[in-house]
Amino acid sequence: MQKLVDNLIASGAFGAHPPRDIIYAIAIFVFSLIVFLGIAFPFAGVVSWVERRVWARMQSRCGPNRVGPNGFLQWLADGLKHVCKEDLIPAESDETLFKMAPYLVILAFTLPWAVMPFSSDLILADLNVGILYMTSVTALTVVGVLMAGWASNDKWSLIGGIRSAAQIVSYEIPAGLSIFPVVLMTGTLSMQGIIKAQGWAPWTWFVFANPFTFIAANVLYISALAEGNRTPFDLPEAESELVAGFATEYSGMRYLFFFAAEWGNLFIIGAIITTLFLGGWQVPAVSSNPVVMNVLQLICFNVKVLFLVFVSMWVRGTLPRVRIDQLMSLCWKYLVPISFVDMVGTAVWMAIWPEGNWIAPWILMALFSAVIIVFLGRVLHYFRRSRMELYLSPTI
Amino acid sequence: MSLRTEEMTLNMGPQHPSTHGVLRFVIKADGEVMREAIPDVGYLHRSIEKIAEKVGYHGFMPYTDRVDYVCAMFTNQGWGMACERLGGIEVPKRGEYCRVIAAEFNRIASHLLSVGTMGMDIGAMTPFTHAIREREMINDLIEELCGARLTFNYMRIGGVAWDLPPGWREKALAYLDHFDPIWEEYNALISYNKIYVERLANVGVINLQDAIDYNLVGPNLRGCGFKWDIRKDIPYSVYPEFDFEVPVGTGEFGTLGDAMDRYMVRIREMRESSKILRQALKQIPDGPVLAKVPRNFKPKAGECQVRVESARGDMGWYVVSDGSAYPWRVHVRTGSFAAMGMINKLSRGLMIADLVTLIASLDVIAPEIDR
Repeated sequence: MQKLVDNLIASGAFGAHPPRDIIYAIAIFVFSLIVFLGIAFPFAGVVSWVERRVWARMQSRCGPNRVGPNGFLQWLADGLKHVCKEDLIPAESDETLFKMAPYLVILAFTLPWAVMPFSSDLILADLNVGILYMTSVTALTVVGVLMAGWASNDKWSLIGGIRSAAQIVSYEIPAGLSIFPVVLMTGTLSMQGIIKAQGWAPWTWFVFANPFTFIAANVLYISALAEGNRTPFDLPEAESELVAGFATEYSGMRYLFFFAAEWGNLFIIGAIITTLFLGGWQVPAVSSNPVVMNVLQLICFNVKVLFLVFVSMWVRGTLPRVRIDQLMSLCWKYLVPISFVDMVGTAVWMAIWPEGNWIAPWILMALFSAVIIVFLGRVLHYFRRSRMELYLSPTI
Repeated sequence: MSLRTEEMTLNMGPQHPSTHGVLRFVIKADGEVMREAIPDVGYLHRSIEKIAEKVGYHGFMPYTDRVDYVCAMFTNQGWGMACERLGGIEVPKRGEYCRVIAAEFNRIASHLLSVGTMGMDIGAMTPFTHAIREREMINDLIEELCGARLTFNYMRIGGVAWDLPPGWREKALAYLDHFDPIWEEYNALISYNKIYVERLANVGVINLQDAIDYNLVGPNLRGCGFKWDIRKDIPYSVYPEFDFEVPVGTGEFGTLGDAMDRYMVRIREMRESSKILRQALKQIPDGPVLAKVPRNFKPKAGECQVRVESARGDMGWYVVSDGSAYPWRVHVRTGSFAAMGMINKLSRGLMIADLVTLIASLDVIAPEIDR
């Protein structure tokens, strides 16, 4: 984006001697606004609708289908409703912290969009520490959630907040360690640099580069689900245990912020994994026109991310919630050691085959396809078996 | 260095998403681990037993639905049987069959709700809607039978109110043909799910002696591996004519008597109910469904206690008659109340999340506790 502004300045769009600093500031503001209002928030809203529809279909119900075509505008209606509602603040709560907590959560959700590599040119700031920045700012969520839990002055909220803190802090470790294999292989932390080190074809993606990265990708996805408070790790807001966890006392706009952040975080989870392991926006060079290429890359990136978002909805529709001790033992007894092994394993692999091993991706892809085929076979089997044929209602 | 921890008193309910109605627990917890959970019952007390003394024998039948609205057929049947024993009334054979058919359908519906909410209580939302989908069809069938979907008021003193409607038998058999594969699908979907088993196995283990001491009944008792089913052991109605098994807990996933065992007992009981229903629908004789009972029903002075095996276990109806048109005293003994008494003992050392599992696995229904 800086390139674009520089080009505009050089072409004299702002006069002969433009005030550079001010133009940069305005450009940053405008671009951030476009990303927040044009991409981040609508995405969170639309995902909430998609999730409710997908989830409803899995549970053999209809889901929202009244507002707009197929209920598409439901998220807008819900958003408006929440904005119009009274902002209740419990009398005994710590008012300042209570009001501040949702903003921290929303901040943790909006900051990562700065380094979101939508295409080769569409990125707000290609920081040289991009992926590090991404993991560190998303960890801000825990501050907001803990604050919300504490400030609500409600025991259920407090338990939710503490659970969330314990969970996010623990799962940061396997998530962080799973990024290392890719960083080792590329030697860069920049989002664009990591994507450029991969190709468009699946066998050039890092997920299939060697067995260790394959495991690392899975560990990262599981940890990211846990960090995003998604089922099966949705303990901080476990409805059946903690009412609504840290969000119990919130209402209206502030409640909306928590959930916009939760749904929006799905995109960020997907984007991190797509960038690191699934080749990001890489598409085959079919055109020399940069606009066409950028549009194709944007579509490619979004399709991959949305697929991962769909998988997380699928998981949510399938699995029960784990218990807190099971959650912790999964993290510390399994994921952390595995990710350490991954890191060392990748280093050893690179020492043996510095240029990469050409056969490993094919073996891994074959294995992966076999798993997918068996899985789809089972899904189809149950689809065929579970077709509803019986309608008994005397009134219909 | 020792870490000082403080006990926290938590108030769970009466408005809490997973307390199955209006229950309240006062939890003393050390972090996530509970020291004790004291149940506080009485939020749903409607004086149903007292009402019986005011509305008479026939008039009390609709009220019995409210004792346990999830399986109202059994409360209907219990009240009917108690009155019949007091009045010495013989129920026609077809009436008994109708009762058994309605009650067993109701048992499946109740167990479906129980295992569905079990899934929901541990965080899986999908099993609940799938269970409810199947339950809806049973409700449709029962609606056709008696016009109501929840509080049936189907039975009368001396039989049932209406005969099976034309074509109902075929529909019921079609449902059973549909239900058996769905039951297997349901098992494949959730019962053997790794997380599901991990959450249920070894949670809330009841040993048999405790279960008997605390007077647990029904699937909760059978979950401890003890074969006790009123339908088999103190036969009533036409149950001796059917061939069915009594599933008991086996401890296949963890310890004998844990939440998973109670869950599996319910799952397997649905299969047995399906077996009973097939036999009943095949063998049902012709004839009247309702015995001649005087409108002004005045049983001789005396008392009686009948027991029916409801979906929540041995349900006892104790009725004292003084020879007038109104019962002198009615008492209902329900399984949920006994189960509530046990929760405090079981909850020690469990996690807060496990309390929810425990309540769901004991299949506690709030109106049945208080009546």
